[in-house]
Amino acid sequence: MNVTELPIHDWLPIVFLGLMGLSALIYVVLDGFDLGVGLLSPLSKSESDKNLMIGSIGPFWDANETWLVLAVGILLVAFPLAHGAILGALYLPTMFMLVGLTLRGVAFEFRAKGPAHQKQLWNRAFFAGSLLATVSQGYMLGKYVIGLQTGLYAVLFASLVAVCLTASYGLVGACWLIAKTENALQKQAVEWARKLLIGTAMGMLALSVATPWVSPRVFDAWFSFPNIIGLAPIPLVSVALVIGLHVILKSLPNADDKYRWAPFAMTVALFILAFSGLAYSFFPYVVPEQYTVWDAAAARESLTIILAGTLVTLPMIVAYSVFAYKVFSGKATPLTY
Amino acid sequence: MDALLLARIQFAANISFHILFPTITIALGWVLLYFRLQSNRTGDAGWMQAYRFWVKVFALSFGLGVVSGITMSFQFGTNWPGFMEKVGNIAGPLLGYEVLTAFFLEAGFLGIMLFGATRVSTRVHTLATFLVAFGTTLSAFWILVLNSWMHTPVGFEMRDGVAFATDWMAIIFNPSMPYRLVHTLIASGLTVAFLLAGISALRWLWNDKSLGIRKSMRTGVYLGAALIPVQIIVGDMHGLNTLEHQPAKVAAMEANWETGPNVPLVLFALPDEETRQNNFEIAIPDGASWILKHSADGVVPGLNDYVSDDGAILHPPVAPVFFGFRIMVGIGILMLLVSWKVAYTLYKKGEPSRWEAYVLVGTTFSGWVATLAGWYVTEIGRQPWIVTGIVDTASAASTHPVPILGLSLATYLTIYVALLAAYIGTLWHLAKTAANSDEAKELDAGQFKGAVARALS
Repeated sequence: MNVTELPIHDWLPIVFLGLMGLSALIYVVLDGFDLGVGLLSPLSKSESDKNLMIGSIGPFWDANETWLVLAVGILLVAFPLAHGAILGALYLPTMFMLVGLTLRGVAFEFRAKGPAHQKQLWNRAFFAGSLLATVSQGYMLGKYVIGLQTGLYAVLFASLVAVCLTASYGLVGACWLIAKTENALQKQAVEWARKLLIGTAMGMLALSVATPWVSPRVFDAWFSFPNIIGLAPIPLVSVALVIGLHVILKSLPNADDKYRWAPFAMTVALFILAFSGLAYSFFPYVVPEQYTVWDAAAARESLTIILAGTLVTLPMIVAYSVFAYKVFSGKATPLTY
Repeated sequence: MDALLLARIQFAANISFHILFPTITIALGWVLLYFRLQSNRTGDAGWMQAYRFWVKVFALSFGLGVVSGITMSFQFGTNWPGFMEKVGNIAGPLLGYEVLTAFFLEAGFLGIMLFGATRVSTRVHTLATFLVAFGTTLSAFWILVLNSWMHTPVGFEMRDGVAFATDWMAIIFNPSMPYRLVHTLIASGLTVAFLLAGISALRWLWNDKSLGIRKSMRTGVYLGAALIPVQIIVGDMHGLNTLEHQPAKVAAMEANWETGPNVPLVLFALPDEETRQNNFEIAIPDGASWILKHSADGVVPGLNDYVSDDGAILHPPVAPVFFGFRIMVGIGILMLLVSWKVAYTLYKKGEPSRWEAYVLVGTTFSGWVATLAGWYVTEIGRQPWIVTGIVDTASAASTHPVPILGLSLATYLTIYVALLAAYIGTLWHLAKTAANSDEAKELDAGQFKGAVARALS
């Protein structure tokens, strides 16, 4: 590295790590709830309930999935070495995830527009696709967390994470439905959320316990003094949120539909905390124990030009995404053209 | 089969499947905006009828485009690691700008465009329709900038085998970009023109003579008739541009083996790369020299110039490029004949004859075939390079084990075939449902009463 490389250039990879993390987090929350609704869809009591459930996510799913494209795009563009290492090691789970996303994406369209006798088929594809995508994402997350190891323990751990993530997506999906639906369906969504909260809490606990043992570096990062004091709020607030969710779900739905957004907001907060915990554990690695952000970063010139575009477009993207959500605020209705 | 071949087949399958849907949504977005604006302007119910039918086709096509596009965004990295390694500094920002400026825009406003008509004002709904159309076109712009740069790379320097950008304006406006962009956008327009005309003709044959169907058919036929001559001229210019920058591709398109003057235009032949000559050739003397150099003794490049001294072949495989080009041009001529003939009838009589309607139904997907054929000509024509002169395809492919590549290829192929069948089946179903709808029947009933009255009088 020579003198002409200003210090700011060394910040660039970190900025991109931040952007990638932000995209991934937004993706997990947004596609999390619509994948979650897909996971819950077979539990609906009637076809009209199912239409409402799918109607509640219909205007958003395209845009939600674009955050995945952005996150993977940043990984590819900003950290090409890491992209190769991660997706190369996860080639098959990636393929299953893509197949899942494809099935559920097209099922939205085909179930609504195809012949009536095919509707059941596409309903099943919608559920199966949501499940396949969710499980694959969980499995990939698990593999990533333990540094892309192979072997029986790695597979078991990744499978555990897959189950936990399925519960978490189901939870955030159920919380979305609590906010967006009424009457019997809303009541049912509260029931689902209560059960899935248990699965989510156990999953997060398992992940929190397992991650430090996988790597001595992560263990030190968390349990050395004084880090442990600064980090204490992450697990403490998480526990408080789980208890809070448990309490508030007991009181829902109430007569004037107050606090209908509270479970969703609290679940999102839980996601953010879990994400922060993972991010803290791995920084500055972009592939755990293999590449740091600086090892894996692309040419500075290219990063600069993408950053310029990102700074201009990202606020606009956020603005019109918020606008789109506002247009479809209020209780969900079946979709009509 | 080796890993390279599997990787190429998989990517070709994915990109071929994907391109079918953007080819529809790019131009259909603008057609929908036209329907919407006409409805705002005239208040004629037919325009909104047309809008409401075609917006469903748009949604369906968009959904398939999104899911296959997500798959592709992963495959750049998983299947072609060498590509990103060597030219990622240029491909990366271009793909990044596509996501940031185009993907979010179209996906963000799609919901409002599809389901928001009753929730927002006419003005906002029209704006949303515009932004979706604009987003799809912008997406085409960025991806064609990248694709054109792979054909005619400029504005970079190589350091230790890796490309670094030196001039972004030169990269974006690289020599083949303007031609490829215009040629592809018009191809999208033609695909949609014949889709509009074909499905409208199908409904017409099912006795749906509603206002919406008349307007859709008219829009399709007139759009096709207007675009096809422009496309022929633009295609010719694109070909001359290719001659300048990628002569080996043109040599393959013409199946011309030896460089020289008075090269004939080969109408049909079976090119044989083993013996390096054409079998069963039917040709017009001096034709290729005339088309490419505008004189009988114009010198046209030949394939044998692209064989190195050690026998390595540096030109593309001849037969697929040669036949792909002929299929594309053949469909172009068919489009010209069909659209002009039916446009004349519509202009004179206001409705197509029965056999003309059948012909329109037959050419519903002609744009798809021509687009794919043209796409194969240009992409196979770039071989053996993935980026002309910089990265060869073989060194860019991934080294995944053959069984894994085979499994993923088989999975994707199965899904694509099933989805394509479901897509066409659903178009058919949508058309059938619309033809049997109240809107379509109202007018029918009116005509029926008229016919009864005439019969009784």
